[in-house]
Amino acid sequence: MAERPRRLRGRALVAGRAGGVALVLDEPLSFWGGLEPASGVIVDERHPQHGQGTAGRVLVMPGARGSSSSSSVLAEAIRSGRGPAAIILARAEGIVALGALVVRLLDGRSCPVVELNPSDYAGLRSGDLLDVDPNGEVEVRRPRAVP
Amino acid sequence: MRDAPELVLDAEEREMLAGAAGGAAHLAMELIVEMAKVARATRLVPVRSAHIDGCLYHGSVGLDFAERLAREGGRVRVPTTLNVSSLDLLHPELVRLEPTTRQYARRLMAAYEAMGCRPTWTCAPYQLPERPAFGEHVAWAESNAIVFANSVLGARTERYGDFIDICAALTGRVPFAGLHRNDERGARLIVRLMGVAPEAWVHDEAYALLGHALGRLAGDRVPAVVGLPTSTTEDQLKALGAAAASSGSVALCHVVGVTPEAPTLEACLAADGSQAELEIGPGLLRAAWQELSNAVDGQPLAAVSLGTPHLSLAEWQRLQPLLEATDIAPGLTLYVSTARHVAADIEARGQAATLHRPGVQLVVDTCTYITPIITAPPGATVMTNSAKWAWYTPANLGLRVAFGTLEDCLRSAAHGRVLRRPPAWLDG
Repeated sequence: MAERPRRLRGRALVAGRAGGVALVLDEPLSFWGGLEPASGVIVDERHPQHGQGTAGRVLVMPGARGSSSSSSVLAEAIRSGRGPAAIILARAEGIVALGALVVRLLDGRSCPVVELNPSDYAGLRSGDLLDVDPNGEVEVRRPRAVP
Repeated sequence: MRDAPELVLDAEEREMLAGAAGGAAHLAMELIVEMAKVARATRLVPVRSAHIDGCLYHGSVGLDFAERLAREGGRVRVPTTLNVSSLDLLHPELVRLEPTTRQYARRLMAAYEAMGCRPTWTCAPYQLPERPAFGEHVAWAESNAIVFANSVLGARTERYGDFIDICAALTGRVPFAGLHRNDERGARLIVRLMGVAPEAWVHDEAYALLGHALGRLAGDRVPAVVGLPTSTTEDQLKALGAAAASSGSVALCHVVGVTPEAPTLEACLAADGSQAELEIGPGLLRAAWQELSNAVDGQPLAAVSLGTPHLSLAEWQRLQPLLEATDIAPGLTLYVSTARHVAADIEARGQAATLHRPGVQLVVDTCTYITPIITAPPGATVMTNSAKWAWYTPANLGLRVAFGTLEDCLRSAAHGRVLRRPPAWLDG
C-alpha cells in the first residue's frame, strides 16, 4: 500500500521516462573513483552510502563532486545496464547530464536526468517510488510502513 | 521550476549546428547547445584553447565517442592539449593492463591525436610554456587544471570534463555560464586562517592539507582565503587547488594578496554581498592529516608516489638532492610522475641519472593512481605527499595510503616502512 502520489514539477535536463525506488545520497558523489560502472555499486569508502547499489534505482543526489571524469564513468555504468534508471539533482549539473546524453546519442539508451527545486528535492526519501516523465515531472509514492 | 531561457546562436554557431562544418562539428555543437540549456545560458562564448580529459580510457563509451568524432572528420578549432592517458608510451612495460584494454586505451589516444590535439599527456598543462592569459576564456577539463587556470592564471573556465571538452575544442565555443561570467566569480565563502603558525606556510604539505580542509567546507562554492603569505608559490597553489578540487568541487579559489583577482578581500567578493565566513585553524589541518591516511605508522611500505599533479621543474629541483641522498630500501619503488616536457628538461639539465637510481621509477603520460602501475598486493601500504593521490587511491587501487611530508616520504622509502613525524606546525 502506498500513500496518495504527489507530483513535483522539475526541469528535464535529459528528457525521458523511467521509474524506480529512490536511493537518496546524503552527500555529493564523484562517480569517478566513487561508482564502479560494471556493478553500479558506490565504492567510495568515505561516502555515507558506501556499498549501496545504484542499478535500476532512481538516484537522488545533491550533485557530483570533484573529478571531470565523472561523465564517462556514469556513461559506462548506463551502457553496462548497471547504472541508475534515472537521476534527480538538487541543482542542474552538466557533468551528470552529459554522461546520460552521450549514451543516448550513441546507444539510444535513456537515463533521464531531472533538476528539482531544493524544497521538493528535500522531501524525497530513500525507498520512495519515483516516476520521471519527459517533461521533468516526478511522481512520488511513499510506501506505508509495514506494521 | 523555471524553464531554461532562450539560447541565441550567432551565424557561425547556427551553421555548425546545421552541419555545414561537417558531421563532427554538428554533433559537438548539438551537445554544446544541450549543455547551454542545462546551464540556463542565453548565448555561447568563444574559447582560445582547450584541455582534454577524455583521453583517459574508462571504457567503450569514451572510445566510441572519440572514434565517431574522428571518423566524421573532427578537427579542433583552437590549440588543444591532452591530459594524462592510461598508458606510459615512453615506459610501456610499466602499465600492466591486459592486452585488449591496452589496445583500446591506445586507440583512444590516437583518436584525439587524429583530431589535432597535441600529445602533451599531462594533468598540469599550466606548466607548459604557453598558457592562458588573464581574463581569457578557455575550455579546460581535469579538476586540478581547472582550479589552477581560474585561480592562479585568472583565465576563465567552467568545470569541463569528458565529452564536453572535445566538443568545445571542435566548435571553439562553450555556454556563457558559470565561471565564464563576472557575477559567478565572486567569493561566497570567506575562509580566515586562524592560529596556524606562520612557518607552516613555507611547507607545500601545509597547502595540501589546507586544500583538503577547504574542499570539505566549500563544496562547490568560490572561497576567498585570507591569511596566506604573499610569498606563496605556484606549486603551493597547485597543491592547494588539487586537494580542494578532490575533496570538494572547488573550481576557483581566491587567495587574498596572492591570486590575480584578489588584490584585496573586497575586490574578490561576490557583488551581492552574500558571504558565509569560516575559520580554518590547526584543528582542521590535523583532521585533514588524519583523514588522508588509512595506513598504520611503522607498517612495511610497498611504494612511494610523488608527482600528483605532475611534478613541476621547481618541485623536481627540490626533490633531486633529496633523492640523491636517499638509498631506497630493496623491493620498494619510488615513483616520480611528471610530463614528458618536464622529463626532457630534467634530462637537458644533466639530472636524468637521479631518475635511474635503484628503486626510482619515472612515470610520464599517465599517473600511478589511474592505471595499474604499482605492483603491490591489495591492502599493501603506499605513501605520498599529494592530498589528491591520498584521497583517490584507496578506492581506485585498494591500497592503504599514508600521507606525509616529502621528507617523510623519502625517509620511509629508505627504511621500507611508514615513518611519519606530524609537522610541529600542526600543533598550532
